[in-house]
Amino acid sequence: MAIDILMPALSPTMEQGKLAKWLKKEGDPVKPGDVLAEIETDKATMEVEAIDEGVLAKILVSDGTDNVAVNTPIAVLASEGEDVASAASHAKMPDLVSAPAQPAPTPDAHAEGLADRPAPVAREEQAPISTPAAPAVISTRGGYDATAEVPEGTEMVTMTVREALRDAMAEEMRRDEKVFVMGEEVAEYQGAYKVTQGLLQEFGARRVIDTPITEHGFAGVGVGAAFTGLRPIVEFMTFNFAMQAIDQIVNSAAKTLYMSGGQLGAPIVFRGPNGAAARVGAQHSQDYAAWYSAIPGLKVVAPYTAADAKGLLKSAIRDPNPVIFLENEILYGQSFPVPKLDDFTIPIGKARIHREGKDVTIVSFGIGMTYALKAAQELEAEGIQAEVVDLRTIRPMDTDTIVASVMKTGRCITVEEGYPQSGVGAEIAARIMEKAFDYLDAPVIRITGKDVPMPYAANLEKLALPSVAEVVQAAKAVCYR
Amino acid sequence: MAVAARKAGRAGSGAAKSTPKSATKQALNSPQFDKDQDLNAYREMLLIRRFEEKSGQMYGMGLIGGFCHLYIGQEAVVVGMQMATKEGDQVITGYRDHGHMLACGMDAKGVMAELTGRRGGLSKGKGGSMHMFSKEKHFYGGHGIVGAQVSLGTGIAFANRYRENDNVCLTYFGDGAANQGQVYESFNMAELWKLPVVYVIENNRYAMGTAVTRASAQTDFSKRGVSFNIPGEQVDGMDVRAVYAAGQRAVEHARSGKGPYILEMQTYRYRGHSMSDPAKYRTKDEVTRMREEHDPIEQVRRRLLESWKLSEDELKSIDSRVREIVNEAAEFATHDPEPDPSELYTDILLEPAQ
Repeated sequence: MAIDILMPALSPTMEQGKLAKWLKKEGDPVKPGDVLAEIETDKATMEVEAIDEGVLAKILVSDGTDNVAVNTPIAVLASEGEDVASAASHAKMPDLVSAPAQPAPTPDAHAEGLADRPAPVAREEQAPISTPAAPAVISTRGGYDATAEVPEGTEMVTMTVREALRDAMAEEMRRDEKVFVMGEEVAEYQGAYKVTQGLLQEFGARRVIDTPITEHGFAGVGVGAAFTGLRPIVEFMTFNFAMQAIDQIVNSAAKTLYMSGGQLGAPIVFRGPNGAAARVGAQHSQDYAAWYSAIPGLKVVAPYTAADAKGLLKSAIRDPNPVIFLENEILYGQSFPVPKLDDFTIPIGKARIHREGKDVTIVSFGIGMTYALKAAQELEAEGIQAEVVDLRTIRPMDTDTIVASVMKTGRCITVEEGYPQSGVGAEIAARIMEKAFDYLDAPVIRITGKDVPMPYAANLEKLALPSVAEVVQAAKAVCYR
Repeated sequence: MAVAARKAGRAGSGAAKSTPKSATKQALNSPQFDKDQDLNAYREMLLIRRFEEKSGQMYGMGLIGGFCHLYIGQEAVVVGMQMATKEGDQVITGYRDHGHMLACGMDAKGVMAELTGRRGGLSKGKGGSMHMFSKEKHFYGGHGIVGAQVSLGTGIAFANRYRENDNVCLTYFGDGAANQGQVYESFNMAELWKLPVVYVIENNRYAMGTAVTRASAQTDFSKRGVSFNIPGEQVDGMDVRAVYAAGQRAVEHARSGKGPYILEMQTYRYRGHSMSDPAKYRTKDEVTRMREEHDPIEQVRRRLLESWKLSEDELKSIDSRVREIVNEAAEFATHDPEPDPSELYTDILLEPAQ
């Protein structure tokens, strides 16, 4: 019986990769454990090992093929005693384009980790920052106007969130000698998620520092260095691990300025992926936006687009206060237009109207924006024009922009992957009640992650996360439709 | 010396082997001070003693709130260490911090007014007993979370190395904090990166109410860096000369790029852990014996009288000058107004430069 050898996944979020090199050729005998081929993504390289014994009958995907979907047959193995030619002839050539069973990724987006999330809508939102509002929709008055962030006529380049973050760090490190980056695997490994790729090569080991696995300790070391006026960027491999360091973040970094009567601050950025990736279970899948946003003395930033990631990270590094910079593993590989400017910064504390609408306001941030935007598209097909507000900063929260939007639409839905109790949505609902109660035509509805530890099973995980359908349903409910 | 020897008797067989030996070594090597050094140490230690006595009184009068941890009995540690530093060296410690601030040269009035929560306090009344800082005096706090200052001090040392200056960070913590995990995370990084930091473990025998022997599997704290290859030594922390000599060795080691150094200061606190501690976990006799036989200030005082032939009157005039400073501080701290209510919302965030 011929055995198909399938394209393996390097990580739970990988959906496709490159078949870099075959190390066996057709006709070679193969034993379990033999290295057959090398595959790679922009994050990592891995060897494909044989599981069964036999003869490599046919190679279906040749060296150097990009975008090979996970689980695509890449070769056929003839079992012991089987006729090699017949095994080879039974092989079906894979259909590379339609291979993934998951929602199709956009053409230029890296397709990691789209498992249960809506596909990114960045492409159709090309240059969203400078796109004028659709004529039928009245512009929001009174809130922050993000359209001025990028001068008219600025050239836009497409890049991933990962590249944007790296560029932001590199630019700030060139600009200020006091900026350095430290964390686990940030230097020689080039970043656990490759966000610090190339920084060691440009800035050297003095400024790009691999730490031992010691979150509590190196967070404290970073804060101590910041007390002296250096500007550390502390990378947590994920914010889940920062719970070991949260004492230094909250008690030392956030409070010292106040406790010293303004003498001693901590200009430091704590950054790394936050929230759920895909299929990594409860301890690796938590959204900390609400946690940190509860702390006076911290700023909390959670960008969605690559442009925001870049402009906000640059601002965070320059900020004289401790900034929690929440990234998302699934967004790392997604591409967006980024303005080609020498020094592009975005002010912390300002939301952006990502999409204008008149019927209902959807407020979200980070990965939550993928649900919000997809829902807005579906709602449009049903005649409901949703205005999508991307918070970008959780603390200080841009209440004015939210309120201005709600005054226009009279309705509000919040979307986040975090927990419902004391969540960011709960805070938004309270602020709207305090400042725009009389403008509301319906109660605010929160769409959140469910009130459970993240389950591992694929179906349960999907249920635990928000869904586009939930957002659409909630929007219709507040519009009484 | 006798401090260490008696401690070893209490500590059980494990520590008994090593402690008397190092104690003997210290006794033999007991460095001498010249007259000026003795005078300086006396003044500095007396200032801390009188300041802390006054703090205790003011706490009793209800002028100081919350927690108040007095340094009485441990004065030789911080004064001897400070004598071993140079301008630019940094200091960071935990919550028993009044002595460190005075030794760093921070204004007694400002410290006392912070204890009473007044606007003239070093943190404008917003920090309190455990949270004061002075960039000018290179004092980085004043930290209320046990052990947190160890990672922070390691980070300050990291910054020294990053800036390629020759400053050393003295990072103080107690025998209690020595059991916190981040202490060892810091030890590891400090030795790995050869950071200029001296870890000064003030072993006053009790972590709050828990005797060292009831909380620590290894009571010889100078060995706590062994698995990280950090050298350490036990020091008679009641003898300011021994502290100074060990401090010089440690600071020189760190300053010359050899990495961290651990000093276990064997000391004793006369008062309770905080003002609310009745100190039932130890006998009155133990405290009395320490005060009578090993008081750090009394040791210097005796030398000033016997070796340096100072008169009682000369000592009295030092005493009264110190009392004057402390009384002025207390007076200021009693009458300085509380912070303006508008201060509630200041100093939370700094404005970005642009």
